[in-house]
Parts: sequence; C-alpha cells; structure tokens
Amino acid sequence: PLLRELIRTIRTARTQAEEREMIQKECAAIRSSFREEDNTYRCRNVAKLLYMHMLGYPAHFGQLECLKLIASQKFTDKRIGYLGAMLLLDERQDVHLLMTNCIKNDLNHSTQYVQGLALCTLGCMGSSEMCRDLAGEVEKLLKTSNSYLRKKAALCAVHVIRKVPELMEMFLPATKNLLSEKNHGVLHTSVVLLTEMCERSPDMLSHFRKLVPQLVRILKNLIMSGYSPEHDVSGISDPFLQVRILRLLRILGRSDDDSSEAMNDILAQVATNTETSKNVGNAILYETVLTIMDIKSESGLRVLAINILGRFLLNNDKNIRYVALTSLLKTVQTDHNAVQRHRSTIVDCLKDLDVSIKRRAMELSFALVNGNNIRGMMKELLYFLDSCDPEFKADCASGVFLAFTLKTIWLCPLCHFSFLQAGSYVRDDSVPNLIQLITNSVEMHAYTVQRLYKALLDDISQQPLVQVASWCIGEYGDLLVSGQCEEEEPIQVTEDEVLDVLEGLLVSNLSTPVTRGYSLTAIMKLSTRFSSVNRIKKVVSIYGSSIDVELQQRAVERIMKISLIDVALPLPGGPAPAPAPSVPTSQPTFLLDGISSQPLFNDIAAAGENLFDSLCLLSFLFQVNGANIFEWFILFYSTGIPPMTAYNKNGLKIDFTFERANPNPNIAVITIHASNSTEADMTDFVFQAAVPKTFQLQLLSPSSNVVPALNQGTVTQVIRVLNPQKQQLRMRVKLTYTHKGSAFQDLSEVNNFPPQSWQ
Amino acid sequence: MIRAILIFNNHGKPRLSKFYEHYTEDTEQQIIRETFHLVSKRDENVCNFLEGGMLIGGSDYKLIYRHYATLYFVFCVDSSESELGILDLIQVFVETLDKCFENVCELDLIFHVDKVHNILAEMVMGGMVLETNMNEIIMQVDAQNKMENTFLWELFIGIKPEIGSNFK
Repeated sequence: PLLRELIRTIRTARTQAEEREMIQKECAAIRSSFREEDNTYRCRNVAKLLYMHMLGYPAHFGQLECLKLIASQKFTDKRIGYLGAMLLLDERQDVHLLMTNCIKNDLNHSTQYVQGLALCTLGCMGSSEMCRDLAGEVEKLLKTSNSYLRKKAALCAVHVIRKVPELMEMFLPATKNLLSEKNHGVLHTSVVLLTEMCERSPDMLSHFRKLVPQLVRILKNLIMSGYSPEHDVSGISDPFLQVRILRLLRILGRSDDDSSEAMNDILAQVATNTETSKNVGNAILYETVLTIMDIKSESGLRVLAINILGRFLLNNDKNIRYVALTSLLKTVQTDHNAVQRHRSTIVDCLKDLDVSIKRRAMELSFALVNGNNIRGMMKELLYFLDSCDPEFKADCASGVFLAFTLKTIWLCPLCHFSFLQAGSYVRDDSVPNLIQLITNSVEMHAYTVQRLYKALLDDISQQPLVQVASWCIGEYGDLLVSGQCEEEEPIQVTEDEVLDVLEGLLVSNLSTPVTRGYSLTAIMKLSTRFSSVNRIKKVVSIYGSSIDVELQQRAVERIMKISLIDVALPLPGGPAPAPAPSVPTSQPTFLLDGISSQPLFNDIAAAGENLFDSLCLLSFLFQVNGANIFEWFILFYSTGIPPMTAYNKNGLKIDFTFERANPNPNIAVITIHASNSTEADMTDFVFQAAVPKTFQLQLLSPSSNVVPALNQGTVTQVIRVLNPQKQQLRMRVKLTYTHKGSAFQDLSEVNNFPPQSWQ
Repeated sequence: MIRAILIFNNHGKPRLSKFYEHYTEDTEQQIIRETFHLVSKRDENVCNFLEGGMLIGGSDYKLIYRHYATLYFVFCVDSSESELGILDLIQVFVETLDKCFENVCELDLIFHVDKVHNILAEMVMGGMVLETNMNEIIMQVDAQNKMENTFLWELFIGIKPEIGSNFK
C-alpha cells in the first residue's frame, strides 16, 4: 500500500494495542519486501518506515535500505534515502560510514539539488571521519557562484568545524569575499559561519575584526534601503539577517575599543529608528540592546539600551516583557543604577500570571535590593513569597535571604517574622547557623526556648528543628522552667517535664544519631542549670555509653564550633577535657558569653544561604504578624553595618547597633543595648557618652533605667551622632548604676567602631 | 543552535519530529512526551518561552513554541538563538507550509510528513537557520518536487553513471 493508505489505516486504530498490531503487520510486509531487493517499492516502504518511526516504533532494519536509496539515480529515491539516513542513522552505526562515498559523489553531482541533499545530510549528521574526508568538497562548494549551494556549504562548514576543529583554518581563504554576496541567504549563513569561527578561535576573532566596517555597511543598507519586496517582513528588510549581523558585531566588538567605536553610530541608529509595532522590529531592537550592553559602548548608548528594555517591560506582549527581564538580569551588575530606574515596573511583574515572567522578575528584584529601597522591596518580596507557587518558594525565600544578607551583614534581636510556608525546605546543615542566630538575640532567649519547647511537644519528626530545640533547651532551660518569657504567656513546666521531653528524643525512632547527640548534650548541660542533677547523671550514664560516642563527640564539637571555642565536653568514661582559656571563669553556666560578635558575622555572611534556612526553621515557631515582619526586617537589614560590643565588664555588656539616618548620611544612629548577666538587677542605670569636638551628639531617652539580671531584658537608648567630616568615630562612655546595694561607676573608651558607621 | 523541532497535536500525537542532535529512539519519544506535557499545561495568554525539560538539556535550553489551532510547533533551542527571532522563524515556517499546502491543516501534515521534512530542510540545516525568505524556500521546494519520478541522468547530457555501483 501507499504511504497515505497506510496512514489512513493506522488512524482507524482505536487503541494503542490495535495500532501496534497494524504496524507490526506492516513491518513484516516491509521486511519481506526488502529481502526481495525490490527497487520499485523500496522508496515507498522506507517512507512508511519513517512514518512509523515518528510514532515511536523501531525502524532500524530500514537503515541499509536508506543507503540503497541514496545510491539510486532517481531523485525521489535519493530524497527519501537521505531523509531516512538523517532520521534513522547516526555516527555509532558502521552503516553510517558507507554513506561517505555516496555523499562524495553527490557533492559533485551535476544537479544542484542533489548536491544540496548531500550537503544537508553531511551538515546534519556527518561524523568526524566523514567530515575529514569530505571537508575539501565542502570548501570547494563554499567558493561556488551558485548561491543555493554556497549558503548550504557555509552551514555544512560550520558542522565540519564543530566536528573537527582543526580543519577551521582550511575554510579561511573561502571566507574572503563571502560578505560581498548580494544573495541574502548566502549572507545569512556566511555570518553564521564567521560567528562560529570567531567564537572558537581568538586568532580568528582578531582576524575578522577588519570586517566590522563591511558589516556596518550591510546593516546600514538594510535599514536605509527603503522598501524591498523581496526581503520585506512586516515592513522591515530581512530582519533575520539584521539580527545575525548584530550578533556577529557583538562578538567582534566585545573587549575591543576600536571595533566598538566603529559600530557605535549604527547601533544608535538601529536603536532609535526601528519600527516596533511588530515582533520582527522588537527582535532587532532586542538584539541591538544585547549588543550595546556587551561591547564597549559609550555610556549614553548604554542608557539608551536600558531605557529600551524599560519600555519593553511596559509592552503588552508578554514575550517582549520576558526578554526584557532576561536582558536586564544580565546587565544589572554592570549598569545597576540605570536598571534601578525601572525597579517599580520590575516589581509589578512579580504579580504577572506568567510563571516565566514571575521567576525572572523575582531574580531581578533580588539583584536590585539596596539600602535605600529595602523597605519597599522587602514588602513586595514578602507578599510574593507568601503567594507564590510551591515551585518558587524555596528559591524565593533563599533569594530573599541571600540578597539581604549579602548586602547587609547584620543581625539584630529577633522579632516576629514568618517564612512559614517555606519552612519545609530547610536543610540539615542550617542548624549551627540557626543556633548562632538565636545566641545573638539575647533578649529573645526566653521566648525562643519556650516556642521551641512547645514545638517539640507537637512534633519531633523534623530533625533540624528538633536539634535546634534541644540545643536551646540545654542552653536556656533555666529560663524555660522559671517562666521568663515576656512576649507571650509563659508556660508552666517543671525540670522533670523538660527532661522527659529530652529523654523522649533519645529513645524515639524518629531521632537520628545526630539528634540524639544534641539531646544528650542538652541534658548534660542542664546539669549546671537544673537542680535535678541526679536524674541527669543517671540518664547520661545510661545513654551516654550506648550511643555512638564518636557521633556524640562530633555533635558536641559542631555545637562548640559555633561559639568559636574549642571545648571538649566531658563524656562519661572519657578523659577530662582541657580547660578552654576563653571561657570566662566567673560565669560557668553560659559557655557562649563573652564573645565578640564581630568575627561571627563574617562567618555567617559566608554561610549566607544556610542562615536563610535557619530563618525558615524559625518560621515553624513565629506567627505572622504584619507590622512586626516589616519592623524586623527594617531593623534586621536596613544598614549593612555590623553591630559591635562597646563595653563588657562585670557582667554588664553594652552592644551598639547602627542605622543610617535617611536622608542625611552624615548622621549615624546608634542604638545601645545594655544587658546584665549577673544574678542581681542593675538599677538607676545611666548611660552617658561624649564625642570629640568635630562630632555632635544627641542622646535620646532610655527605655528604662533597670537592667534586669540574668540577661532577661535589655535597656535600649538611641544616640545620634553627626559626623560631617567623616572622621573616625570615637566615643567615651560613662556608666553609673546600683548593683546589690552598691553604687558603680565606670569610664570607658569605645574605639572599635566599624568603618561603615562613620565612612 | 536549534536542538530539535517538534510538531504535535493537542493530544500529544507527534506530527513531525526532527532532532539535530543524536538521541536514542527511546529518549526521542521521551522528549516528545515531556515537551508536550510542559507545553500543554500553558495558558493561552502567557509568553511563548519555557525553560526546557530535564531530558533535552538543562539550563541552557529553552522551548519556544506557538500554538496554531490543533497543533503545537515547538523549537528547542540553546542560548545562541534569539528567542524573538525564533518566534518569527516559526511564523515563517507556518506561513510557508500554508502556501505549499494551500490553507494547511493537521491532515496535511499527517499525510505528507515527508513533504514537511523537505520544506523544513530548506529552512534549517544542522540545527542552524539556513533560509528565512519564504518565497525563496517555496521556489526551491517546488523545483525539487518537479524532479520527482525523474531519473537524474535524464537531466544531464553526457556520461551515464553506473547504477548501483556506489557501494557493495
């Protein structure tokens, strides 16, 4: 049967099985026909085979037949034969090599269409050996005056070069007058060939730079030539060729001042004169913009390009918006300010229904966040995170965090916030970073441990969460049982209940060995905070020896690394640990006190992404509270100046955190946070500060004059320092307070201001 | 570079499959299925660009598609191709088909898939754009169609080549 009869038959099949049966039957018939070496039906049979192959059925037994067809002297046979070869054959079959001779003959055939078939096949699937054998023929055809063949030879040459790069040199002479061609098809493929050569070899690139004037001329002619019906597409003369040339110009102009200058004018011309009502015009404009941004163009041209992209963003056509966002993403690093001008449009794209556009707008938004726009951007990005599809959430939350931390490395006391929905995307290695975050948020310890404890009561399956919770309980368990929480109703829980929970983790099937390590360590730490020491000792002796000791050690060491102290906790039965010099001996209970916060922030900045996960974890705990989110983020991220410890003596610690006052950048707004780790309150607390003559200082009222004991709260106070001469900030502080009935006074110099606070 | 050109209908039935890179037959079918899956999910008023699926190659690849009546035309390309340019190319392809088949519809593609291949071969070669001028393409396709069922040595006055001697 003829091909169309077969197709008709197959289409009547109502099920996949029926279709398969028909095809098998037909294949059997075709096979026997092949065996009979029947020339008449070979062509038709191969055509049928190709059809069946497209539907997904095996057709390899037709490969040899394709070769026979290629060798035939009927054009139809050759056509189907070559098509079959392209669809069914590939380099890995030996049969493939048998084609070489056929192709060679056909490349020299008297009929151009046969030569065309040969070039096409060679250019699509020629192996390296074939290309090596036949490169000479291709090179010959590259020089022919027959434009039909010339254009095909050019693309075939590209394939040859890709397969056998060493042969590239061979085609160089033939490229000499490729650009003088009038035929657009040849011009087009020639530009493709030149592009390929330039991309592969820096030598070729330098060599072809001399073509820039010629390319500029061709482009100019296309733009200025007026209406040419032959090449016209929607009123523009051969837009495809224009785009190709622009791309080659881009490669030639990149990192070369002279070439870039030579094309400056034409680029400006194309950018301003191209008709943009149809897609073809926009394609040209788009390519022009990409070229402008990639070469060494003058700044005026760059701004023009970015403004075009900005206009694209407002285009109704989604495709245009998409490519605009893609391009802006590429240029946002180098031309940040110019792209910033289009920020509000970009942010609007976050609300687009199209997933591809949303994703790009999101990535671009991250790149645009800076100290000045942080409030607005944060709001938009949080709305976006809240409402975006699950496929986005991890990337979005991650990006939001990365954007902010990389730009503004500053941690401040935690307030309420939420990454609730992204919570399940947290990674295991985020635990130490989260612990660090919690540690630094001194006033939140009681609240944090309470929330984490409650979370444990609900669910002990999420290992990272459980680990962090265990650690917190180990560290702040005393705050938990004494009901210190101010932010919410403190829960009533006894030491035994806490130990029950921790022991529960030890025995649970859900707990990994690492988790068990954390909970055991927590129990051990509580021996210094709780009074039920005997119970603890019993637990430790039971579990400490049965749990994998190495894991235990590792888990503990990991925790300790966070605090930058090398301490080996005493393991039951193990050797006594060496004393850690940096642990203040006057405070045996809090291992993580007394550390300067500064170096840690660098670590955390490096951790970056992991820290995000930490925040995600906390999302399990904290509630969405509209205003607080923004407040927190404003505090958290608004300046990029790391906090510092200004004073730390006798249990009184004063941290400084910084803000830049907008709009006056000469004013540093410093908030002091005074905390008291001793067991008695510090009352009548007064903080005073003096600065050198070139500065001016304003002290606002403090939040209170009692610094509560045991780090249960801080006193905050705002200082505004005017520093018009941008001199290095120095401060002398005077502290007075009453502690345990006695009056204390201390004077101290503060010299360790971070440079960003006064520069 | 264009990695693949696929035409399939609204139910995912392939009407043309051309790969410019080698994949096994199974992989080819998988790619077709996956592409259909990705593209058929798309709304009518979203952009015509999609990040490519897992099989056809990762972050450098995009699917650029157009939906005409019952057919999807999908070009799978890498970053060296202009997205907007490819969209225009698809348009040229479809308009050419329309001219060649006179108001082309799915049935034409079904019954004349080899002809569609021939047309495509005059537009894209080795994954690269060969010719974009519709009239030029049609002229060349017509000339070749006229040569159907002719013996080539009839066209050439001179030495008759030996039939069947090109390989054993």
